[in-house]
Amino acid sequence: MADAACLNRLPLDALHRRLGARMVPFAGYAMPLQYEGIVAEHLWTRAHAGLFDVSHMGQLLVRGARAAAWLETLAPGDFAGLRPGRMRYSLLLADDGGILDDLMVTNLGDHVHLVVNGATRDSDMAHLAARRPHDVGLELLGAQALLALQGPAAADVLGRLAPEPEGPGGVPVAGLRFMSWGSYRWRGTRLAISRSGYTGEDGFEISLPAAEAEALVEALLGDGEVRPAGLGARDSLRLEAGLPLYGHDLSPEIEPVEAGLGFAISKRRKVEGGFPGAPRILKALIEGPQRRRVGLRLEGRQPAREGAPIHAGDLQVGMVTSGGFGPSVGGPIAMGYVAAAHAADGTALAIEVRGRRLPATVVPMPFYRKSYVR
Amino acid sequence: MARLYTRDHEWIDVDGETATVGITDYAQGQLGDIVFVELPEAGRKVVKGGEAAVVESVKAASDVYAPVSGTVTEANAALADDPSLVNSAPEGAGWFFRMALADPSELAGLMDADAYRAFLATL
Repeated sequence: MADAACLNRLPLDALHRRLGARMVPFAGYAMPLQYEGIVAEHLWTRAHAGLFDVSHMGQLLVRGARAAAWLETLAPGDFAGLRPGRMRYSLLLADDGGILDDLMVTNLGDHVHLVVNGATRDSDMAHLAARRPHDVGLELLGAQALLALQGPAAADVLGRLAPEPEGPGGVPVAGLRFMSWGSYRWRGTRLAISRSGYTGEDGFEISLPAAEAEALVEALLGDGEVRPAGLGARDSLRLEAGLPLYGHDLSPEIEPVEAGLGFAISKRRKVEGGFPGAPRILKALIEGPQRRRVGLRLEGRQPAREGAPIHAGDLQVGMVTSGGFGPSVGGPIAMGYVAAAHAADGTALAIEVRGRRLPATVVPMPFYRKSYVR
Repeated sequence: MARLYTRDHEWIDVDGETATVGITDYAQGQLGDIVFVELPEAGRKVVKGGEAAVVESVKAASDVYAPVSGTVTEANAALADDPSLVNSAPEGAGWFFRMALADPSELAGLMDADAYRAFLATL
């Protein structure tokens, strides 16, 4: 565990401590793991709205007329076709097609905004800087905070806060479409708000100057529908939603197709190629990968954790990359990679935990799907 | 005999040659929501400071160590159905296992309630 004294402090560090957070080291920051408890925060987010401070994530700006074209040499998205105000999930790829990071790419009109993982922010910056043409600008937004307001009440909560849309074509926040972005003003502060998240719930992510973040958090927490939620609930929510976590479910040893992220390779790019690892990735798309990321539902109550071997009969066919207890599912769930022959939904497998083999079944993800209708 | 405590946050209630073992309120608070407890079977020999049980929270698995050496005589069956008893009653209905002591002199190295409280204050 990193020395607490060496950790970076989030802009809202003091507020987290005042709210009773248990702080843990993560991605070089002291991060709030939980406030009242992971299960309570998880269930509150599914039923109301949880507020997450994700300011450890890297926010980058890419500028210049060739910004989109340059990004297409690094990631398999159709960024040239990404309209202003729209965002897309994408993957930063190594030359062999291995995944260096997963990220959100947003067209802000005059520039492109990237949100990358906290743990990979510095290596991503180095990767990008080393490949940057002279006419493309690259800037790390070190003084921007990032908040995520997630849950079925999120739209109503932000509607009550009523940030004013800026610029032509601006819509009230509740009118933002999923994977869309807008610029707003609230009490003089500019908020960049997108309808997106990492919980499987409706929700928003809000980028704003770090110095103004505390006032916004206080205002949001003043709404009875909102409670603070920590990294622990963020992890259990994303696991139930079947969303991979970089450094666990995704790594340089894994290419996008076996990770189940073929959707991140845009249609035009599949035809044209021209992204790192394209021959290997396009081959996997056509022939099917050797192994696949799958969801696993365990019998009983005992969870299986990252690193647990997965067996089919006497043969090890894979390994768990994320696992835990799903509070909304009400039981242990895991994701991992298994040989393609054992990846079909309904396949009976066993996961080895401390010498015992726990029965598990391959199931479709997400593990938990909302039934509510707006 | 009064309850004794370890630096790993187990408690042990000794009654003659037998004892009941669990984890402290501080430990359950640190672990958070407990979803599964793997308990030793009756007859298993445990060694002072050695692994005796595993407690799984939403987030992670943690080992529970035997405060002293001996033989497990009974595991708390109630935890199989309701592991959250460890959160709600860690030093009562959420006990882990009972054991027969191998060497009662090992108890001498454990803390009493006052010493454990003082130890917690240093964390």
